[in-house]
Amino acid sequence: MVGGTELVKEAHAGSSGNLSASAVLSSAEALPSMAPQDTEIEDLQRMAKNLRRHVITMIAEAGSGHPGGSLSAVEIVTALFFRVLRHRPLEPGWPGRDRFILSKGHAAPLLYAALAECGYFDVAELTSLRKLGSPLQGHTDRTRTPGVEMSSGSLGQGLSFGIGTALAARLDSQSYRVYVLLGDGECDEGQVWEAAMAAPHFGLDNLVAIIDHNKQQIDGWNSEVMNTEPLAEKWRAFGWEVLEVDGHDIGQILAAFNHAEGVKGRPTAIIAHTIKGKGVSFMENNPDFHGMAPTREQAAKALEELA
Amino acid sequence: MVMARRLASTREAYGKTLVELGHENPDIVVLDADLSKSTRTNLFAARFPQRFFDCGVAEQNMVGISAGLAASGKIVFASSFAVFATARCFDQLRVSVAQPRLNVKIVATHGGVTVGEDGFSHHAIEDLALACSLPGFAVVVPADAVETAEVIRAASVTPGPFYIRLSRPDTPVVCEDGYCFSLGKAASMRQGSDATIIANGLMVAEALDAAESLAGQGIECRVLNMSTLKPLDEEAIVLAARETGAIVTAEEHLRQGGLGSGVAQVVVQHDPVPMSFVALTDTYTHSGKPQELLRQHGLTADGIQSAIKSVLSRKG
Repeated sequence: MVGGTELVKEAHAGSSGNLSASAVLSSAEALPSMAPQDTEIEDLQRMAKNLRRHVITMIAEAGSGHPGGSLSAVEIVTALFFRVLRHRPLEPGWPGRDRFILSKGHAAPLLYAALAECGYFDVAELTSLRKLGSPLQGHTDRTRTPGVEMSSGSLGQGLSFGIGTALAARLDSQSYRVYVLLGDGECDEGQVWEAAMAAPHFGLDNLVAIIDHNKQQIDGWNSEVMNTEPLAEKWRAFGWEVLEVDGHDIGQILAAFNHAEGVKGRPTAIIAHTIKGKGVSFMENNPDFHGMAPTREQAAKALEELA
Repeated sequence: MVMARRLASTREAYGKTLVELGHENPDIVVLDADLSKSTRTNLFAARFPQRFFDCGVAEQNMVGISAGLAASGKIVFASSFAVFATARCFDQLRVSVAQPRLNVKIVATHGGVTVGEDGFSHHAIEDLALACSLPGFAVVVPADAVETAEVIRAASVTPGPFYIRLSRPDTPVVCEDGYCFSLGKAASMRQGSDATIIANGLMVAEALDAAESLAGQGIECRVLNMSTLKPLDEEAIVLAARETGAIVTAEEHLRQGGLGSGVAQVVVQHDPVPMSFVALTDTYTHSGKPQELLRQHGLTADGIQSAIKSVLSRKG
């Protein structure tokens, strides 16, 4: 098992990586620098599996929570926290830190697991999730948890918050970057599109929106509940640089973040195609596990699959 | 005899004070939702274009952006009309601003029915109830332009979220030059021992006029300008109840959730005395001139006088 702090140290080195051109990035877009070694990708994949195990354990212990949308975003969060973000886990308020804003606040268990593995707080704290007095609230609370930038849980609000932090960076001549993770069901919310219109208007090239496009929401498939397609074309039409990646391919995700750093004058939206419940066979593409905790037996089976 | 008072614009006072603050503190930023000419944030925009962000007709986004700026150390003033700055973005105020207690000052103009001809959609009559319901928010309704400038300054140096409600029309000036605002403290505008009128916003002038007329009838009323709705000055309310034995509240808002209900909660808990409420009663309003609307709903010195007589008849 690779220790979290070791990976974070690499993130501090700031070598935001680029892989060989993926299916979605043409070779012309690929920057010729510092591709992560295969071993680094393998380390990140191991961390991703580790975070999945945490998510299952935490939610099972809590008896409630949202496994599906946490599991779909694991590789995105892993790539950010253990490779891309410049951050100091022992100094959460460091003004120069890159900001990660979890707009889909129900994926809080995943964020907490990443924060703990980075060293923001003790991994042992994770099983206090959702319990009275815990710093780990059911949805994120910026007043209680080190490393949590925004209180969320009511969908649609994170991208606006991200715009505010990105504008502040410009006002203060700071070079930090802002990453906002949204759900695709969350894109039903009107505020998302208010923000989608505003960020290119303000020319925020220090802002990246990642849409965890797992195609499902609580009541079922997006296409049946509220069709979001064509999602990439919508973001493009609003003036964003748009990339589509396999959201479970860490190499593709890193390449997309690297590409975004080179985009000037407008923000980047990364549509990450994912599978809800990814990594646990009976949770994959099963909307029942959007907001339902596994039983003890189901959790044991899930952890077996994630061994 | 009721005196004629100078009229002045609360929103003009807001805009001018923002410009002063902009010079004094580089961390002041201002946002608007396509109403900057009306809210007068355009005065700041003209002087500090880099620190002004027009969000278009998108109040939810404006509040979210405000939260992000505040979380990054900025002192944020965000403005729109009172109807839009509260009800349209209430959940954003709740989740993005109130719970994390971020340093966002919502300064809403066009409060109450004195928006006039635009009609009910533009009459903010629930905004104070909404704002007061948010834990951590300070809520202030300045009585006039002089107090407005003071309140804006106080908000800029007091951490945490504020809701400040201003008016569309020019309103009578009741505070003297040199007036000093203190958050959470009522200002005593007139002494009296028979009853107390507690008012805020443009109803303070009506309260003073009512007290003047009543004095001519041998009834001496205390008048308190309760510009801070939250945190409420409980001490001043309790003293008023104990020392005058009857209280009338007057506000340009629904009876529910505003000044009257806040004062009543304090009174019943500490020193129950007869009360009466000059306010809108469970109704939406119509187009008309501001003064016509105030008269139609009894939000006048005459309305306050009647209420005083009612409480005095119930006073032991």
